[in-house]
Formats: sequence, structure tokens, C-alpha cells
Amino acid sequence: MTLPVVVIDYGAGNLRSVERALAHSGADVRITSDAASIEQAPAVVLPGVGAAADTMENLRERSLVEPIRDYIASGRPFLGVCMGLQALLEWSEEGGRQECLGIVPGHVAHFRASHLKVPHMGWNTVTWLRDHPLTVGIPQDSYFYFVHSFHPVLDDPAWALGETTYGVTFPSVVARENVVATQFHPEKSGTHGLQLYRNFVAWAAEEARAVPTADHAS
Amino acid sequence: MLTRRIIPCFDVDKGRVVKGVSFVELRDAGDPVELARAYDREGADELVFLDITASSDDRETVYDMVAATADQVFIPFTVGGGIRSTADMKRMLELGADKVSINTAAVDRPDLVNEGAYRFGSQCIVVAIDARAVQGADDRWEVYVHGGRTPTGMDAVEWAREVVERGAGELLVTSMDADGHQAGYDIPMLRAISDAVSVPVIASGGAGNAEHMVEALDAGGADAVLAASIFHFGTCSIGEVKQQLADAGLPVRPVTESSY
Repeated sequence: MTLPVVVIDYGAGNLRSVERALAHSGADVRITSDAASIEQAPAVVLPGVGAAADTMENLRERSLVEPIRDYIASGRPFLGVCMGLQALLEWSEEGGRQECLGIVPGHVAHFRASHLKVPHMGWNTVTWLRDHPLTVGIPQDSYFYFVHSFHPVLDDPAWALGETTYGVTFPSVVARENVVATQFHPEKSGTHGLQLYRNFVAWAAEEARAVPTADHAS
Repeated sequence: MLTRRIIPCFDVDKGRVVKGVSFVELRDAGDPVELARAYDREGADELVFLDITASSDDRETVYDMVAATADQVFIPFTVGGGIRSTADMKRMLELGADKVSINTAAVDRPDLVNEGAYRFGSQCIVVAIDARAVQGADDRWEVYVHGGRTPTGMDAVEWAREVVERGAGELLVTSMDADGHQAGYDIPMLRAISDAVSVPVIASGGAGNAEHMVEALDAGGADAVLAASIFHFGTCSIGEVKQQLADAGLPVRPVTESSY
């Protein structure tokens, strides 16, 4: 069967692109801002683009902060994309000091080197630091499409799954237990990006078989 | 390493690509979606659609095109032409465009740049600047609007600084002097603008061969090069351009096999 994947709708600009790429990757995509749908989902994707303050504000306004925390605590697969990664950190430098979800120990910092063009915009390589279901079939140092002015700084390097260099070397993919997130936009990264979505869907399906949820028992 | 980007540009009228494209094995060379897929396979890093549809009655055609492209092409694309309000921007972005490009509308009402950047983020607001060299001055360029027909009296470098301060995330800089001549980009203008701003600059106007692109990225300091004719007429392929860039020591994304 096709795995239902819930994409959280909180007004993020890349919602439709993420939806299209997931659908192309074999998921049965459900767009929702409903806490109950998130609670029961076998897999959840948090998209995002733009500013950290807006993102957190929008999540709070829609009362989605606790449902996202609860979902992640349930142990089911979660994918954050771009701002959906940054929101997982404890806080962001963007717009002063913005409190975030606090799932990943660390914070989000601005690209500081003055000779760099910011945003970091375009195709850059990702170096895998270990094996993970998300990386299956994606060669080392493959190119992905980035657009961001801030980057994650991890307190616990064990979270880093992939890294990228733009002035500084930063974790461009984080992963631990049921949580994975990318700083780049896989939905805009051509073949390798779609492969990453396929890998997420396959991994989530595998997890769903191992631990059936009430919604998804089959 | 962040690569320099190669960006084919299409002029679109009533949802169809114009300027006779003669491109490899296409059933319908006027179909924007089919062309976008072909260029994606060839290794294009991004795409730009410039809507030149004159009548607002026909504007719906471009919306259909944007949605169809977003359904089938998984690389970033920008849409410009006819975008005059944040409502226009919102519609384009919701249909699947990654960025919107504004030109005359920004000159008419510069606050549109601020409003777009505030609502949607700087990363999706591209300001297109069309400029010509000021006669008798070798380091000044004047901004033109309405497709390069109307002079504004504004200095291009100053205008570039201003729109970046207002929130533009990228500049698409076209030399109206060089455009269409295929004799190379306006390198001094690119250099002046690229040095003046902190955001990426896309060079446009004048590409006749891959060597010109190397100049724009190297001496011109551009982050990306845009071209239409040389790709559409098959003068050189994106793969050939990328090879020449790589030979010149510029970082490029290798062309990989698309599997979708």
C-alpha cells in the first residue's frame, strides 16, 4: 500500500513543491494543519522557507508546536526541510533570539564571513558522515539546491548526517532515531533530491510495518 | 563547494515559448514544460521564464504553465513579467514558482520589493535590472524599464544597492547594449554591481559562447549566467558550457542522469 505522509501546512512557501516531490516519490500526501491528523500520522514532513520568526509564529498561531513535539516523541519518522530543520534547534539568531522547538541541541547562526554572498544560494555538495536509510543510492558529495542565510550549529555532533561547506563547514543533514532534516531543498534538487524523498518514504513504510499505529494498522 | 549556475531563459507568450527554439528531439519546441524537462536533463541549474504576454486577458495561460512546470520539473525556476503586486507574487509562488522577478514594477513602486521580501522572504524576490552605458562615461550605467525602451535617469549601481537594502535576494542584471549581439556580457557593469551588493548576481545579455560565460563569472564576478539564444539555437549545449567552465577552474555541478 501507499504510505500516507502528512505535510504540515502552516503557510510555508514551499508546501506545494514538497507535496509534488513526495507524490512523485510514491507517497500518499496529506496536507494538514490539524493536530489530530499529525498525531495519527505514520510519517510527517515539516516544510519551510523564509524567516525563523515567521515560521515559529505561524506554528504557534496554529497551535502546532505541541503536536509536533508529541509526534516526534512518539518515535515515528519525521522529516524537516530547510526552515523545517532550523525550527528543530533550540534557538535561532535570526531576528534577535528566536526560541525554536528544541528537538536538536544547538542553535542557528548567520553566515558571518564578510566576503560571502548571502543567501547561500545554489547547488552545493553534501558529504555523508555515516550510513543512514535516507542516503541509500545517493553518492558521496552529490549536489543539492540550497537557499538560506542561516545555518545550524550543533551542540552534539552525533546529530550530523551530512555536511556542506560555504565559508564554514556546517551540518546540512541531521538525523537521530526517528528524526531527519535537510538544510537544502530536496524537492528542488533534481534526481538526488527525489531519491532522498523516496528513501524517506521507504524508511517510514518500513518503520510503520515494524510498529503499526492505530491509524495505519493493516 | 557552491557552484556557479547556468540558467536558460525562455520568453513565453500566451503560455507558449517564442523565439523559435531549435532544440534536440522535442515533439513540441513551443511547450514550456517539455523544454524545461529537456534543459533539466541537459544539466541546467535553474530556469527563468519571462512572460511577455501583452494582454491581461491572456494572463491565465502563464499560471497554467507555472503549475504544469512545477508538476514535472524538480529544479528551481523563476517567473518574471507582469508581476505588479504581492497578490501576483503569491499566486506564482503558490502555483510552484520558486522565485518571482520584478523589474518595471519595482522602479514604479520600490516598496513592492520590501513588501515581497517581508511576506515571502528575500530568497524568492529577484529584481531584474535592465541598463545601458551612459554615453561618455565608462563607469556609469542607466536603468531602463518597459523592456529596455524607457530611460529612468537612475544609476544602475545605486539602484542595485537600494533594492538589496529593500530585501531583494538576487539580482538579474541585463545589459541592453549587449543583449542580442552575442558578443559577450557587459563585464564592467557586472563587476560594478557585483562588487556593490552582497546578494548573488545573475549575468544576462550578450552570451555568444561559453567563453563569454567564463568572463562574466570570472572577471564580471557574477554568480550565475543566463542565456537564451545560444542554448535554444544549439550553438552550445549546457554540458559543453559546464565543461569549459570547469576547464577554466570555475566550480560547476556535473551533469547527472535524470531519472524522473
